[in-house]
Amino acid sequence: MSSATYEDRNEKKKAGGTMAATTAARPTAAETKHLRRGERSKGASVLLHGGLIIASFVAAFPVLWIAWISLGPDKNDFLHPGGIAKKMSLSNYSFVLQHTDFLTWFGNSLIVALGTTLLGVFIAASAGYAVSRMRFPGHRQLMWTFLVTQMFPIAILIVPLYNILAKLDLLDTYWALILAYCTTAVPYCAWLLKGYFDTIPMEIDEAGRVDGLTPFGTFYRLILPLARPGLAVAAFYTFLTAWAEVAFASTFMLSSDKYTLAVGLQTYISEHDTQWDLMAATSVLIALPASVFFYLVQRHLVSGLSAGASKS
Amino acid sequence: MTVAAEGGAARVRPPGPISRIKQSYNKHWYAWAMVAPVVLVLIVLVLVPLVRGIYLTFTDATSDNVGRTIGVNHIPDTFKWVGFDHYQEILSGGDGQFWPHFVWTIVWTVVCVTLHYSIGLSLAMMLNRKLRGRTFYRVVLILPWAVPTFVTVFSWRLILADDGGILNSALGALHLPEPGWLSDTFWQRVAAIGVNTWVGVPFMMLSLLGGLQSVPAELYEAAEMDGATPWQRFRHITLPSLRSVSSTVILLGTIWTFNQFVVIFLLFGATGGEDAQILITWAYRLGFGQMPRDYAGSATYGVLVLSMLLVFATFYRRWQARGEQGGLR
Repeated sequence: MSSATYEDRNEKKKAGGTMAATTAARPTAAETKHLRRGERSKGASVLLHGGLIIASFVAAFPVLWIAWISLGPDKNDFLHPGGIAKKMSLSNYSFVLQHTDFLTWFGNSLIVALGTTLLGVFIAASAGYAVSRMRFPGHRQLMWTFLVTQMFPIAILIVPLYNILAKLDLLDTYWALILAYCTTAVPYCAWLLKGYFDTIPMEIDEAGRVDGLTPFGTFYRLILPLARPGLAVAAFYTFLTAWAEVAFASTFMLSSDKYTLAVGLQTYISEHDTQWDLMAATSVLIALPASVFFYLVQRHLVSGLSAGASKS
Repeated sequence: MTVAAEGGAARVRPPGPISRIKQSYNKHWYAWAMVAPVVLVLIVLVLVPLVRGIYLTFTDATSDNVGRTIGVNHIPDTFKWVGFDHYQEILSGGDGQFWPHFVWTIVWTVVCVTLHYSIGLSLAMMLNRKLRGRTFYRVVLILPWAVPTFVTVFSWRLILADDGGILNSALGALHLPEPGWLSDTFWQRVAAIGVNTWVGVPFMMLSLLGGLQSVPAELYEAAEMDGATPWQRFRHITLPSLRSVSSTVILLGTIWTFNQFVVIFLLFGATGGEDAQILITWAYRLGFGQMPRDYAGSATYGVLVLSMLLVFATFYRRWQARGEQGGLR
């Protein structure tokens, strides 16, 4: 629902923009002197684009830089980045793919990240819906608990969590990480989704109830499909949290065939001397799936995030 | 007749505690069933470890005396209760580490959140204008968030490398001084703030952009008709309209920055940059970065961090609530 209104507004803006542009294009004496409302002078446009170009450059540079370094075939090429242009090759990539455990780690990361996303978004959505729609005793405390959970320093949790997972016999399994990541991602996602559900009119729930759906039925059949943009943001956040986490992964995964990429990458640093070239290639390979995933959901990010932030 | 009257009387009588629970259960069991998974996960994996962690702070637990299983042999716990010794030693400055790290953590948080918010807001306002290539800019500007931090921090290490990093090479070519970004304490701190700012801006930018898009354009038009300057429009329309989004993202941003682990941990490695460590990375180092591992000391730092954030969040929310009723429930 809310996404529709955003899209509408964007459409209106676009329409307004083109109309303003066509009228502005007609050269009349009055308009060459005075700017109409909502228009910019040439200088302001240059400043605006200039600012955004500089910001984009700063945002993209480290990402492009590591991609560039990864093309240099020698270990010390990062010291002479200019020389890479002459001897560019994909040898680092083929080495990483053929002679390291990269694919194993990649598979592990994928299982953990997707598992966390599925489980996390599902339980965050149902909790967020309950808090958004039902005034049950304890709903305020629950929201406060979600916020407090964000404050938990891993340093205090990691040792006891290690012991608990050991007792549950979950150490060195995918479940250890999936559950651990849920504790960090779910509270924030529940908060976010609660805000998103708040923007969906109550009448839809009521209509569902009148048609004989249970509260669960209303949630699954009516609300979840409408909340897709919010769910996309929650999924994106959860996936990234799980994909990029280091501390839990390096503590709970003990055998090298269970390492995730975050842990595996560090073996390039500790073993031998730092192998920057291989690390760069691996980094690019790690960044790719996250970027693809991000590209798929980016349209929804703005509306989903702000609904979560403004209404919670 | 009598049955109906009795029923009526029963309805009037205030319900006893058991029937109140029953009524509450009948009315709310859907809600409780839906939050049960979250509550279960949080209790088992957050509350129980927390209680255990707090317990550890009152003991002298290290990796030498905590029970563990080696093969088939189980070694039992041998650590003992020491009461408030750790708190006393840490808070009195006895370990010589807490207060310097505390001051730096506060500076770090304030500077980072200020930069996150101001840069995020400026970029959001730029993106909120009508302009060509808006989608392109937006996609590129979110990159620091989309690419995993542990990847980009390695990239930053290459860029900031003291000898031969691209940044220092560029500075050298311009005949400017080449600071030791990864070796000199002051510049380590500058570098850490820079990288964390780079990492944190996209989240702020996107959240605030969403907030800006929900401000009705009519408000600006009316203000412009009344002759308000751009600064006045920003001050009296934009900022107040963003109030609820801002208060949420600033609160979350502060919590996340205070506990920012990955950036500092990876930028300076497991052993380097001692003076650039914030409380949370220092606590991790106590617990995992040395032998024997000081579990109790690490947990004490953790409890102190948690209590500081709790106090901050409580006051922040109270202050926000006073400013605007229902701004952030």
